[in-house]
Amino acid sequence: MTFAAVDICKAFDGFEVLKNVSISMPLDGLVGLIGPNGAGKSTLFSVISGFMPPSSGHVAFNGASMDGMSASTRARAGMVRTFQVPKEFSHLSVRENLMAAAPGQAGENLTSLFLRPGLVHRQEKALRKRADEAISFLRLDRVAETSAGLLSGGQKKLLELGRALMVEPKLILLDEPFAGVNPVLIGEIMERIRELNGRGIGFFIIEHDLDALTRLVSRLYVMDQGAILAEGEPATVLADKAVRDAYLGGDA
Amino acid sequence: MLSYLLAIAIITLIYLLLSFGLSLQYGSVGLINFGHVGFFAIGAYTSALLALSGVPLFASFCAAAIAAGLAAWPIGLISLRLRDDYFAIVTLGFSETVRIIIVSEKWLTNGVQGVPGIPRLFSSLPVGLAAQLATAGLLLAVCVGAALVMWRIIKSPFGRVIQAIRDNEDALKALGKDPARFKIQVLMLSAALAGIAGAFYAHYITFIIPEQFVPLVTFYVWMAIIIGGVGRISGAIVGTVLLMVFLEGSRFMRDFIPGVSEVEMASLRIGVIGLLLILFTLYRPQGLMGDYTKR
Repeated sequence: MTFAAVDICKAFDGFEVLKNVSISMPLDGLVGLIGPNGAGKSTLFSVISGFMPPSSGHVAFNGASMDGMSASTRARAGMVRTFQVPKEFSHLSVRENLMAAAPGQAGENLTSLFLRPGLVHRQEKALRKRADEAISFLRLDRVAETSAGLLSGGQKKLLELGRALMVEPKLILLDEPFAGVNPVLIGEIMERIRELNGRGIGFFIIEHDLDALTRLVSRLYVMDQGAILAEGEPATVLADKAVRDAYLGGDA
Repeated sequence: MLSYLLAIAIITLIYLLLSFGLSLQYGSVGLINFGHVGFFAIGAYTSALLALSGVPLFASFCAAAIAAGLAAWPIGLISLRLRDDYFAIVTLGFSETVRIIIVSEKWLTNGVQGVPGIPRLFSSLPVGLAAQLATAGLLLAVCVGAALVMWRIIKSPFGRVIQAIRDNEDALKALGKDPARFKIQVLMLSAALAGIAGAFYAHYITFIIPEQFVPLVTFYVWMAIIIGGVGRISGAIVGTVLLMVFLEGSRFMRDFIPGVSEVEMASLRIGVIGLLLILFTLYRPQGLMGDYTKR
């Protein structure tokens, strides 16, 4: 089973932000995407996750075409994204943030909320347990009851990862998971990602922190000016002359 | 005197039903609805016209709730594609459209002349205190029921999602949930409450005209929930009671303020409410019953 974006183009008022971008990876893979600011990485994420329609091109996930599907449909299919600037539910506690993310809750349906209170109660209890497992997995125990808006930048990144996990995804799209995060926490987040990948969850990661990313992923894509410049094993890609010119300023 | 107090109580309880709905919409989902009175009008006319054609009151009240709720559905579909301020304008336009339709469709609504002789609730009781008491009691029971339903919703997984919508809609979409479904349900539910309020109003006043359903009604409700505190049941109650006591009580204030005519007093009243609103939004945006630890 794979995830593939094929020949994605995206133009804003004639300005081409994405030019025939193609990406493919196995669903249990651990793949990175790097590129200088303005290369089109976040736009590509938005197109893949359904937040923005492409001008042309296709997205396929787990054997099904995702073309024309809404963002929420794609997430339900098992492809969940996070955001560069964390979008936490700021007035909800960390635990409530995680619980709100879980799919298939009878209590989210007004009819069953009033007609099947027993079922709703049982589901809430089980869900709370699941949320607490995710909380301790992400080492967020101390802030479980804290309003998410009060968390540090790094904790919010962890929270977003946790919320994505609650959806039970096959593939998680991480948008700069290490940006603004202190080095200790970066190590922590990397450790969690490896562990989850070991359980069969795939990751496609945009990141500026080249060092952290190359230590994490098994395959790397490089984007520059809206197109894929290179792809392959991290070491090979980083040795590529074109990549060094574009991304590392030539003589790095 | 008791009869007068009961009359104020009844109107206050009717407004409370309106406040509950608006508070749920704004406080939880963040919808800015400036057309709440439209659903109130639909409820009032639906129940009044059905009752006059011989439908039992219980059925006509249910029909009022259903009609108002259903009217909210297309509004939801159209408007939820719009951002906050646009949604506010669309809903304002909706309530004015409802009023103008009522004015123009004379064959159905008798136009500006209004609908007279609407059957009272508890018509078996003699006109006066007993019937008023019974109406107030029934309204109180309905308000308590509505408050319980709202409380259950706010504390439920549904409530968690609608609060998440207010905080960040995109994040919710990214997690596979469709905010539109929840918003439409909240909108329809509060519209149904407004419809029930309208039915109570019609059968209490027994005479309805389009002029009773101007946007000012919506804004009174807004004032009540801003003063009381949005998104809180207690806020809706405190705000509505305070506003109604002030609106009614200020009628007597003229006795104590020399040299103010009746017309001037009406303007003064609105002026004072306006000043209060400004002060509240500046210094206490969370309202009287809001969380004192926040903002």
